[in-house]
Amino acid sequence: MTAPFLIGDQMTGGYGPVDILHGCTIAVEKGEIAVIVGPNGAGKSTAMKAVFGMLNLRSGHVRLDGEDITGLTPQARVAKGMAFVPQTQNIFTSMTVEENLEMGAFLRRDDIGATLEQVYHLFPILKAKRRQAAGELSGGQRQQVAVGRALMTQPKVLMLDEPTAGVSPIVMDELFDRIIEVARTGISILMVEQNARQALDIADKGYVLVQGANRFTDTGKALLADAEVRRSFLGG
Amino acid sequence: MDVLNALVAFLNFVFIPGLAYGAQIALGALGVTLIYGILRFSNFAHGDTMAFGAMVTILLTWWFKSMGLGFGPLPTALLALPFAIAATAALVLVTDRVVYRFYRRRKAAPTIVVIVSLGVMFVMNGIVRLIIGVDEQNFADGERFLLNPQAFKAATELAEPLAIRTTQAVTVVTAVAVVGLLFWFLQKTRTGKSMRAFSDNEDLALLSGINPDRVVAITWIIAAGLATIAGALYGLDKSFKPFTYFQLLLPIFAAAIVGGLGNPLGAIAGGFVIAFSEVMVTNAWKKIATYLLPESMAPDTLLQLLSTDYKFAVSFTILIIVLLFMPTGLFKGKSL
Repeated sequence: MTAPFLIGDQMTGGYGPVDILHGCTIAVEKGEIAVIVGPNGAGKSTAMKAVFGMLNLRSGHVRLDGEDITGLTPQARVAKGMAFVPQTQNIFTSMTVEENLEMGAFLRRDDIGATLEQVYHLFPILKAKRRQAAGELSGGQRQQVAVGRALMTQPKVLMLDEPTAGVSPIVMDELFDRIIEVARTGISILMVEQNARQALDIADKGYVLVQGANRFTDTGKALLADAEVRRSFLGG
Repeated sequence: MDVLNALVAFLNFVFIPGLAYGAQIALGALGVTLIYGILRFSNFAHGDTMAFGAMVTILLTWWFKSMGLGFGPLPTALLALPFAIAATAALVLVTDRVVYRFYRRRKAAPTIVVIVSLGVMFVMNGIVRLIIGVDEQNFADGERFLLNPQAFKAATELAEPLAIRTTQAVTVVTAVAVVGLLFWFLQKTRTGKSMRAFSDNEDLALLSGINPDRVVAITWIIAAGLATIAGALYGLDKSFKPFTYFQLLLPIFAAAIVGGLGNPLGAIAGGFVIAFSEVMVTNAWKKIATYLLPESMAPDTLLQLLSTDYKFAVSFTILIIVLLFMPTGLFKGKSL
């Protein structure tokens, strides 16, 4: 088996002197969806931030397409083709939708028109509201702006930290559909989700984290079928 | 009843001076608000940055005049402005490099940086007094009036004169041009948008690959430009005295806060609110009232609400009222 496209391998570390992650491993294959689930405080978001270089690892490595990127800053990882959508404050509220997307493409020097059209095709509502301040949009539309902004760099990996936090179930289904669509274009997706059942349903690979370490790792379908996972983490 | 004379007196003593003063305050407040929006602290050194910019303008004006260089009917200071802006920009960039960057890297709390800026203010203040001295300097030259009061009286045969000084016209025209340019830059250019993005959400701006050092440097250069222009225009219109720029800090901050800190549009609106309030409260309305009221009701006092010595109380009062009832200012800025 070849190495996965993006892997955070045996990551140990935290924000301060206390480790939050203990030898945690997260990986995603090209064009696939990997989902991190687990109880509150399991280190899901921390694992995500570790992969993106937002905290220092004491040990372990992050490799993108075979290249060790453990030492790179988040900005350098953006240039390498990674994109990150934070859980909160993930849009520029005072700027228009289109300006948000333009800022997403800040590092690009080529014509962004085609990518802009792709994002508008994926999220048609954004085209209708492109001159409106992003802060005036609804929760679901804001998440679309946030994902759209991240897609503007034409990333190879899209990382989403709880993209459906605080949106209605209907909007959540809609967002998951869009995420599947993004994955079909060949972009790998790594996301943390509270709505574990729905997220594992669309996941190629699922990671159940407990106290900063891998508890279960399998395909999304297998985890959903696993009696113990169901009992402990999915509410029966 | 003499409405026309009353109107001319109003224009001459309230509207035109208020407009020019408002433009100067607005330019100063724009600089303060930009620094607050992007570097996230209240820059108390801004008034003395204005003094430094104005001082360089004066020194260059003297030098240009000694070489026989003039700008026709316009003040020679306008020729000196671009060079003065460059010098002031260099000064603030060096200040940022040796002072502010240290605190930025340590992610110091805004209150600490405010006190740091207070220190910078004293140093700049000292530099200005050391170089040009504490005395008053008058450096306005060229044509004195755009609209001569004697000519106006002769042409209209009204009792009241109307004067528009060249410096007032230059102030307003320059302010409009500068504000237009600034808004075009912030709204339309890639760099300007990246500055707004950085002000809006610093973390996300970093995630988008926006270079913070570049944004900070450009912000300082623009703030230096605005400070120099505001300082030179104020000096041209009134006169240059190093200490007055320190006093200007209050109306400037009041304007920025009244408009909503971090909001450029608010800074401009705030500038005019403060300036017109100050002029109206300290103006002696006796003349205008005499024209408007019947002779029997003519006032025998000056009808002046506050002596001009107390004009700073006006900014302070407006500041307190706005902070009590609209803490984020008239234009939805950041709350303090």
